[in-house]
Amino acid sequence: MGIGNLLARDRVGKTFLTLLALFAVVVSTLNLLVPEASAFHVSTFTVTVAGKYLCYALLALAVDLVWGYCGILSLGHGAFFALGGYAMGMYMMRQIGERGVYGNALLPDFMVFLNWKELPWYWLGFDHFWFASLMVLLVPGLLACLFGWLAFRSRVTGVYLSIITQALTYAFMLAFFRNEMGFGGNNGLTDFKDILGFNLQKDGTRVAIFLLSALFLGLGYITSRFVVESKMGRVVTAVRDAESRTRFIGYKVEHFKLWIFVFSAVLAGIAGALYVPQVGIINPSEFSPLNSLELVIWVAVGGRGTLYGAVLGAILVNYAKTIFTGILPEVWLFALGGLFVAVTLFMPDGLVGVARRLRLGGVR
Amino acid sequence: MSKRNNNPMLPCWEKPLLLLASGLWVLALLLAGLAPARADALADALNPLPTVAMADMEQAIGKLAQVQDPRVGGVLKALLEARLFYVKESKRVVFADPKDDGFKLTDALTGEALGEVGRFDVKKIPITNALRTVLNSAIAKLELTAPDAKQRLKAVESIIQNPNPEALALLTKQVGQEPDNTVREAIQVALSLADLSGSDKTLRVQAIHALEGNLNQEVRNRLTALQEKTETGDFIEPDSDIRNLAAVALKKIQLKLEMNRLGEMLFFGLSLGAVLVLAAIGLAITFGVMGVINMAHGELMMIGAYTTYVVQLLMPNAIDYSLFVAIPAAFVITALVGIGIERGIIRFLYGRPLETLLATFGLSLVLQQLVRSIFSPLNRSVSTPSWMSGSLEINSALSLTLNRFYIILFSLLVFWGLLMILKKTRLGLEVRAVAQNRAMAKAMGIRTDWVDAMTFGLGSGIAGVAGVALSQLTNVGPNLGQAYIVDSFMVVVFGGVGNLWGTLVGGLTLGVADKILEPYVGTVLAKILMLIFIILFIQKRPRGLFPQKGRAAEG
Amino acid sequence: MSTVRIHDPVTDENDGVASPELDTAHGPILYLEDVTVSFDGFRALNVLSLYIDDGELRCIIGPNGAGKTTMMDVITGKTRPDAGTVFFGQTIDLLKLDEPSIAQAGIGRKFQKPSVFEQLTVFENLELAMHTDKRVWPTLFARLNSTQRDDIEIVMETIGLTAQRQERAGSLSHGQKQWLEIGMLLMQKPKLLLVDEPVAGMTHQETERTAELLLSLAGKHSVVVVEHDMEFVRSIARKVTVLHEGSVLTEGTMDEVQNHPRVIEVYLGD
Repeated sequence: MGIGNLLARDRVGKTFLTLLALFAVVVSTLNLLVPEASAFHVSTFTVTVAGKYLCYALLALAVDLVWGYCGILSLGHGAFFALGGYAMGMYMMRQIGERGVYGNALLPDFMVFLNWKELPWYWLGFDHFWFASLMVLLVPGLLACLFGWLAFRSRVTGVYLSIITQALTYAFMLAFFRNEMGFGGNNGLTDFKDILGFNLQKDGTRVAIFLLSALFLGLGYITSRFVVESKMGRVVTAVRDAESRTRFIGYKVEHFKLWIFVFSAVLAGIAGALYVPQVGIINPSEFSPLNSLELVIWVAVGGRGTLYGAVLGAILVNYAKTIFTGILPEVWLFALGGLFVAVTLFMPDGLVGVARRLRLGGVR
Repeated sequence: MSKRNNNPMLPCWEKPLLLLASGLWVLALLLAGLAPARADALADALNPLPTVAMADMEQAIGKLAQVQDPRVGGVLKALLEARLFYVKESKRVVFADPKDDGFKLTDALTGEALGEVGRFDVKKIPITNALRTVLNSAIAKLELTAPDAKQRLKAVESIIQNPNPEALALLTKQVGQEPDNTVREAIQVALSLADLSGSDKTLRVQAIHALEGNLNQEVRNRLTALQEKTETGDFIEPDSDIRNLAAVALKKIQLKLEMNRLGEMLFFGLSLGAVLVLAAIGLAITFGVMGVINMAHGELMMIGAYTTYVVQLLMPNAIDYSLFVAIPAAFVITALVGIGIERGIIRFLYGRPLETLLATFGLSLVLQQLVRSIFSPLNRSVSTPSWMSGSLEINSALSLTLNRFYIILFSLLVFWGLLMILKKTRLGLEVRAVAQNRAMAKAMGIRTDWVDAMTFGLGSGIAGVAGVALSQLTNVGPNLGQAYIVDSFMVVVFGGVGNLWGTLVGGLTLGVADKILEPYVGTVLAKILMLIFIILFIQKRPRGLFPQKGRAAEG
Repeated sequence: MSTVRIHDPVTDENDGVASPELDTAHGPILYLEDVTVSFDGFRALNVLSLYIDDGELRCIIGPNGAGKTTMMDVITGKTRPDAGTVFFGQTIDLLKLDEPSIAQAGIGRKFQKPSVFEQLTVFENLELAMHTDKRVWPTLFARLNSTQRDDIEIVMETIGLTAQRQERAGSLSHGQKQWLEIGMLLMQKPKLLLVDEPVAGMTHQETERTAELLLSLAGKHSVVVVEHDMEFVRSIARKVTVLHEGSVLTEGTMDEVQNHPRVIEVYLGD
C-alpha cells in the first residue's frame, strides 16, 4: 500500500505532513542561509525549541495510539521517553571522553566523583552509536513488552492499569535518583559535547537534529496511520469499545494490546532519544508521574483517536507552557489544572472534536 | 527522655534537673515553714563541720546523715566530691564550684547564690579515704530508702555504673525489703554483677545464670568484656568455663535484643501501615463504592493537615486541645470540598473513569498551587500536643513513641467508625445499595445523586482526618498529598476494591513489609520492591486480596 | 428480500485457516458433564450434564436464575467451573482453552444484550468477525480478497443491512443490532452457535425471519438457542431442555415438556 493510497482518506494528515515538511525546510533555511542581522533570521535557540516540540508531538502520537485507539490510559509513557533519552545520553556521555572535568577517558565524571574504578557492565557498548540507537528501541520496547505482558495477561484494565503504569514510572524515578544505579543520580547525564563527531553547539548540528525530529515525526505519523487504518487498527478499536466481545470473536486481545503498547513505547523512546541532544540534559525528573500525566493532557486537548489531534495538542499546550512559565510561572499550574478539568468536562473530543462540530454545524 | 541517656553534659538534661532542684527547693521552703525544728536540725548538724576535728568527723557525718531533710543528700555528695567548703571569715558552709581563678559559692543551707570569691577566701572541708567509705554508704542508704521508687531505681543504676562495696553491702540488705519489682530486679542485677567481678567461681557461675537474658547495657558490656583478649592474644578472663558461660548468656541476650528490634520494626511498620490505611480508606470508599478515581485525594489530606495548622494558629495557648478541634474541623471542611468536587465535576463524568482520573488530577494541581499561593510553598510546622510526645518504655531496649502509638489507635478508630457508618446507618445502607445495583436502588426511591454526594463527602472527610494525623508525623507542605497518593492507591489495589477489610489488611501488611525491608535495602529500594511486588501480586490476584465475587463483580 | 440466503460455511473451506480438528464421530458435538459453578456459595450450575448432537437445533428454557447464561459462559470460557468436564467433539477440552481459542475452535456466541462494536461500521463489524487468521501480524497486513468481500456482501444481504454498510453500528436500531450480531456469528463460520435470546426487542416480522434463519442453519451447524419467548421456541423447537436451579429438569419435544408436571410447577410457582 503506497503512502498516497494510505493518506487518500486522511486529508488532514496530508495537510499536516505538507505543513511539517514546509516548516522544517523554512525554519532550517531561515536559520542557516539568512544572515543573523536580518529580521527573517530564525535563531538557533528557536530552532531547538521547535525541535523539542516536534519530539513532544511524536511522544503524544505514541500516547494517542494506546489511549485514543486502544483505550489503554498509560500514565507511565514518560518512562519510555526517558529511557530512550537515557540511552542516547549514555552514548553522548561516552563521547565526552577525556574532555570531562576529571579527564578520565573511560569513566564519565559522575562515576569518577563516586570513586568508581570501572565502567558498569550496562554501560558497555554505549560508545558505539549503532549500539546506543539499538538500545533506544530495545530498552523501552522490552520494558513495555515485559510490563504489558504481565499487566494484560492478568487482564488488568481501566483505571487499575493507569495506576499501575503510574507506579511503574514512579519506581523508575526513585531508582534513577539513586547514585548507585550508575545513571548520574539526581543530576542525570549532561555536559554533552558532540554526537557522531559533530559539535552539539554548532548551528548545523542543531538544525540537523531538528530536521531529524521532523523526519521521525513524519515517519511516526505515517506508520501510525498505517497501523490504525489496517485491520489491526480496527481490532484495536474493537478492543477499546468492547474488550470481551473481541475475545469471543476469536482475537487474542492480550497480544494486540501488547503489540500496540510496545510499538507505542518504541515511538516514545525515539522521541526521547531525539529530545536529549537538543535540550542537552536528561535527569530522573523526566520519570516523574506529573510529566506522564501532562502528556496525556496534550492528547486530550488536541483530540484523541485522530493522531493529528495529538500532534496539535502537544504543540499548543507546550507553546502555552513556554509563554506562561515565562510571564507568570505561578499561574501555569492553575492553567494546566484548569485545562485538565475543562477539557474532560467540556470538550471530550478535544480541539479536533470542536472543529468537527463547527464544520457539521456550518453544513447544516 | 529515656534513662539510657545519662550524660549530664546534654543540655536536655539541664532543664529537668533545674526544675527538679527548684521544685525540691520550694518543697524545702514549705517544710521549713511548717517544721522549723527540722531545718534547724540540718543547720545544727552542718554548722559544726568547719570546726570539727578530723577524729570526730565520722560521728559528725553520721549525725548529718540522720537528719530528715531533702537537702542532706546534696550536702553529703558535695562532701564526697570535695565541693563542700566554708568561708574562712564567717565559717559559713557553702557549695563551691571552681570559676576562673576563684570559686562560685552557694549557701549549703539556703541555696542562696553568694557570688564569686577568691581562691583563698574559702577552705575545703577535708575528708579521708575512710570517711569516703562512710560517705558512700550514707549516700547510698539515703537514696536507697527514698520514698520515690524512681529515685531508688536511679540510685541502683548509678551503683551499677560505679559500684562500691558499701553500697553493695547495703543492696544486699535492701533486696529483701524493696517493694517495687523494677527496683528489686535492678538490685539483683547489681548484686549479680558484683558477684561476677568477685573470685568465687560458684558465685560467678550463678551470677552469669542470673544475668541471662537481661537487657541492661552494663550487663552486655561486662559479658562482652569477659570475651576480650589482651594485646598478646591471651584472654583477659583466665577461666574458660566462665568465658563459655558468658558467651552463651551473651548470645541469649542478643537473641532477646533481636526480638526487641523485631518488635520495634513491627511497631514502626504498623504505624506506617496505619497511616497508609488512613490515607487509603477514604479512597477505598470513593473508588470501591462509586468506582470513582479521585486523584485529588492526597490534596484533600493536605487540606486536612493545613486545617490543623490554622487551628493551632487560632488557639496558640491550647495546643494540647487543638487536635480535638482540628479533627472535626478538618472533617467538615474536606467533606464540603469533596461534595463540591462531586457536584461540580465528578457527577458529569460518571461511567467515564479515565476522564474522572484526569479531571481530578487537574484539580489536585489547582489545589496544590492554591495552597502555595495562600500559605507559601514552604513547609509549615505543626506542634505536637504534650500528651502525644514522649514514649512508652517496654524494656531497656524497646521504647515506643507515643505519637505513632496514638496514630495506630486513631486509624483503627476511624476504620471502626466507618464500618459502623456503613453497617448501621441509613446512609450506609443506601451507599451499599447503590454500590451493588445503582439502577435498582434508584427504582426503589433512593436518591442516588444525594447518596453519591454524601459518599464522596464521607470519603473526602476521612481524607481530611487522615491529614490531621499526618500533620503529627511529617512536615505540612503543598506536596504532602502527592507523597501518599501512589502508596494509597497501591493499598487499595492490593487489598481489593470495594472491601474495607481489604484496605485495612493491605495497608498494615504493606506498612510492615516496607519497614522490614528498609534496614536491608534502604528506603528507596524498599519502595521499589514493594511496587514490583504489587505489580506481580495482581498477576495472581487481579482483584486484590479480598475480591468481590459473583455477578456484581462482572461489571 | 423475500428469501433468506444462507452463506454456507461448511462448503466454504477456502480461507486456509487451520483450527483444531473437530471429531464428532460419536454423535454429540458438545459434552457437558457434571458441571458445577458457584458464586459465593450460590450454585449457579449444579452438576449439570447436557449433550448437543451434531447438526441439532436445541432450545433451552428455564425461569430466571436457572443457569442458562452461566452455562453459555462456561462453554465459551468466560467462567471456569468448579467441577465437571466440557468437551467440544471427542477431543477438544474446552476447559483448557481461553475465550479466543474457543471461538477459533468453532463456537460462536450471540449475547443477550446486543454487543456490536458501536464505533465501527456494519461492514467493519462483519470484517472483524470473519473466519480468518486472527493473529497479530497477519491482521496488521491483512487485505480483503474478493471471496472474502463476497462473503461479507452475502451476509449483509442475509441480515438485511446492505444499505447500512457504511453506517456506524452504534446508530442502528435495537433489532438491527441483533441482526448484525447474528451476521457476525455467521461470518465466524462456527460449528456450534450459542444464541442467547435472539428475538428480544424484535418486531413480529423480524422474529419470523430469525426463526427461518435459525431453522435453515440447523443441520449443517449445531444451534443452541436460549429464549424466553415460548411462541418463538414452539415455532423452531425440535427438542427442548428445561433448566431449573442449575441442572436439567427435563428434555423432550415442546408438547412433552409443557405437560410435564414439574415444569408447570416451576413456571407457575408452587
